Amino acid sequence: MTFTNLLLHNARLADGSVVDIAVEHGITTRIGSDLANAHGFKTHEKIDVNQKLVLPGLVDLHTHLREPGFEGSETILSGSKSAVKGGYTAVSAMANTWPVADNAGVVEQVSRLAREAGLCDVFPIGAVTVGLKGEALAELSAMANSAAKVRIFSDDGNCVSDPVIMRRALEYVRSFDGVIAQHAQEPRLTHGSQMNEGAVSSKLGLKGWPAIAEESIIARDILMANYLGSRLHICHLTTRGGVELVRWAKGQGMAVTAEVTPHHLILTDESASGFDPIYKVNPPLRTSADVLALQDGLADGTIDIVATDHAPHPNDSKDCEWSAASFGMVGLETALSVVVKTMIQSKKMSWEALADRMSTAPARIGGYSSHGKISEGSPAHIIIVDTTGAWKVDRELMASKSRNTPFHDFELPAVVTDTFYNGVQVLRDRNFTGAKYE
Amino acid sequence: MNRHLLSVEDLTSDDALHILDTAHELSRITDGAIRKLPTLRGRTVVNLFFEDSTRTRLSFEAAAKRLSADVISFSAKGSSVSKGESLKDTAQTLEAMGAELIIIRHGSSGAAARLANSGWVGAHVINAGDGTHEHPTQALLDAYTIRSHFDKRGGNLSGIHVGIVGDILHSRVARSNALLLTKLGASVTVVAPPTLMPIGVESWPVNVSFNFDEVLPQLDAVMMLRIQSERMDESYFPSEREYSRMYGLGSNRMKLLKSGSIIMHPGPMNRGLEIASAAADDDKSVILEQVQNGVLVRMAVLYLTMGGPQLISEGVTP
Repeated sequence: MTFTNLLLHNARLADGSVVDIAVEHGITTRIGSDLANAHGFKTHEKIDVNQKLVLPGLVDLHTHLREPGFEGSETILSGSKSAVKGGYTAVSAMANTWPVADNAGVVEQVSRLAREAGLCDVFPIGAVTVGLKGEALAELSAMANSAAKVRIFSDDGNCVSDPVIMRRALEYVRSFDGVIAQHAQEPRLTHGSQMNEGAVSSKLGLKGWPAIAEESIIARDILMANYLGSRLHICHLTTRGGVELVRWAKGQGMAVTAEVTPHHLILTDESASGFDPIYKVNPPLRTSADVLALQDGLADGTIDIVATDHAPHPNDSKDCEWSAASFGMVGLETALSVVVKTMIQSKKMSWEALADRMSTAPARIGGYSSHGKISEGSPAHIIIVDTTGAWKVDRELMASKSRNTPFHDFELPAVVTDTFYNGVQVLRDRNFTGAKYE
Repeated sequence: MNRHLLSVEDLTSDDALHILDTAHELSRITDGAIRKLPTLRGRTVVNLFFEDSTRTRLSFEAAAKRLSADVISFSAKGSSVSKGESLKDTAQTLEAMGAELIIIRHGSSGAAARLANSGWVGAHVINAGDGTHEHPTQALLDAYTIRSHFDKRGGNLSGIHVGIVGDILHSRVARSNALLLTKLGASVTVVAPPTLMPIGVESWPVNVSFNFDEVLPQLDAVMMLRIQSERMDESYFPSEREYSRMYGLGSNRMKLLKSGSIIMHPGPMNRGLEIASAAADDDKSVILEQVQNGVLVRMAVLYLTMGGPQLISEGVTP
C-alpha cells in the first residue's frame, strides 16, 4: 500500500507539551517543535490538531469479539470499528468463541480476520484449558508458537478454579514468558448468582454473588504465582478486598498485575433495582465503597490498567427477565470517556496516568511492543482526543453490532475524534475514513 | 392507586390502607345476599403462572370472577413456554387475545416489574410472586388478617409485634411482609438460622434473631414460613429433625405463646416440619382466615388497579 506522510501539527501530549509529529511510511519519524516550517516536511499532509490532546492508541487486554461462532453479536470487523471509534488501536480477543480459541487454528483465524479488517491490531487470547472446561490444559505452546504468537491465556467467563490446573498453567507458560489472566470467581460460591451480595440483593431477592468468591481466588492465585515465579494477571477486579490483596502482593514484590473495567469505576449494584438486565454483568456491579476503592487503586497504580471487558450481546438476550438475561456490556466506545469522567474530572488521575493505564501499561503486560507509546521509530498508533468536548451516548449510533451499553443517553466528557493505526488515518472527526492498513 | 401492583416497596402506607379498607368494604357487601359484583364485567384478566401455585391462582381466579371479569388461565407447563417462548412473546400473545390485566407468577425475581416497565404490553400487571423477591398480595392479606384480629380496623398496626420465622433468605412472603407490616406501624422480627438469613438483612426495617424461643413470647402474631426440604440438600441445615426442633412451631413451643396471639402460615404447610398439627389446628391458628381474606384483598387490588372509582363513573357500581 502507499502511505501518506503526515504531519500532526500543534499536538498536545499527555504531559502538556505541544509538538509536531511527523509520520512517514506508518512510522513516527520525528517529534519536535514547529516541524511544519522545517525543511523536509513541506510535502506531508498537514493535520492541524489545534492543541487537542494526542495519546498513544489505547490498548485493551480484554475484549469479546464473538467471531468465530457468534457473528450476530459482533465480528472481528465490527469489533475493530468499535475499537477504533473508542480510540483503541489494539484489542485482545477473548477465547470464548465457538469453536473455542484453544488451539493454533482458531487463534490464527482470528489474527487473519483482523489483518483483513485492517483497522487495528487484534491479539488473540488463548484458552487455558480445552473448551474452557477447566479440566485439561489446552495446547498453550502451539498457540504461542503459531503465527498469532499468543502470550495471554485466559478461560475468561470461567475461572480456572481447580488449583492443580491453575498451578500447571502458571508453570507451563513460563517457557515463553506467557501470562495467565484469571477470571477470579470461585464457582461453588457463585452457583446461580445474579448480582453483588449485599443490602440490595437482600431486598431484590436476586441470588447474591459474594465479594469473597472473587477475593478467595485472588488470594490463592497471587500466592501460587509467587511461589512458582510466574506472571499472573487478574481480570476485572471489582472489590475493595481484591484491591487490598493486590496492593499487599505488590508491596511484597510479587509479579501480579490487575485490571478494572470502566463500568466498575462508575456503576454500583443499586443499578439493579429496576431489574433491567442491561446492568447484569459478570463480575457484578458492587457497592459505592468498592467503586471508590477501585478508583483509588487505579490512581495509585495498584490496578495497572483499564480493560473494557467489551461483551456484545443481541437484544433478545437483554430484553427479558433478569435471570434469563446474558451477562455483559459493550464498552469499547465509552471506555475513555468513562475513565475521564471518573478519574480525570475528579482529579484523581492525570492525563499522563490515564495514558499509562489505558495504553502503555496494557501494551507492556501483553507484550505488544509496537503499542503504548508515541516515539520516534515506532509505528504510529495515535489518537486525537477533544478533551473539552462532550457527547451524548446513543446506542443506535455505535459501531459495535450490539446495543447493550448501560450508558445510553449518558452525557460523557472527552471525544475521540481521530485514530491513526500504523500511520493510516482510520477515523477522522468521529467518522470512518474507509482507509485501512494493508 | 398505581396502575400496577409490583411490589410493596412501591406502596405508600396510605395506598396499603386504602387497599385494606376497600377489601373490608367488599367483605361487608359480599357478606349478604350479593355474592358477585358487576364491577369488571366485560374485562379480561389473565392468570399467567409460570410456577405451580394452585392456591394463589385459584384465589385470584375467585377474586376476578366475583367481580364478573372474564378470566383466562395460562400455566407454563405443556405450553409454548416449555418450547422456549420468551416472557415478552408470551405476554404480547396474551395481550393480543384481549388481556387488560395480567396476574403473573414467575420464578425470576423482577419478572413482574420487567413485564410492566419494558414497554412489552400496555396491560395492568399484578405481581403474584416473583422469584425470591416479593409477593405483595400475600402481605396485604396477612396485614388484613392481623388488622381484623387486633381491632385495628381503619387504623394502622402500631403496637403489634409480628414474628416471621423460617427461610427468610428465599422467601418472597417474608420480604413483602417485612416491608408492608413495618410500613403500617407494626414491629417485625425475622427469625431463622443464620444460613437462611440474607446477607444484607441489617438494611431491612426489622429485628433479626436466631433464637425462636426468645422471640416467641413477645409476639402478637407468629408467621411460619414453608421450609423446602431441598434446602437441606444444599446444607442450609443439617436435618429436618434439627430444623423442626430449633425453628418449628411444635406443641412444646405452643405454651410460650402470649394469650390472644395468632398463628399464621401462607401455605402450603409442611405439617410436622415447620409447623405441627397441634399448632396449625389450634384455636390461635388463623390459617384458613388468611385464605378467605386472600380473595377479598385480591378483589380490592383488581378493582383498584383497574381504575377503582373511575370504574364506577363509567357506570358500574361495586
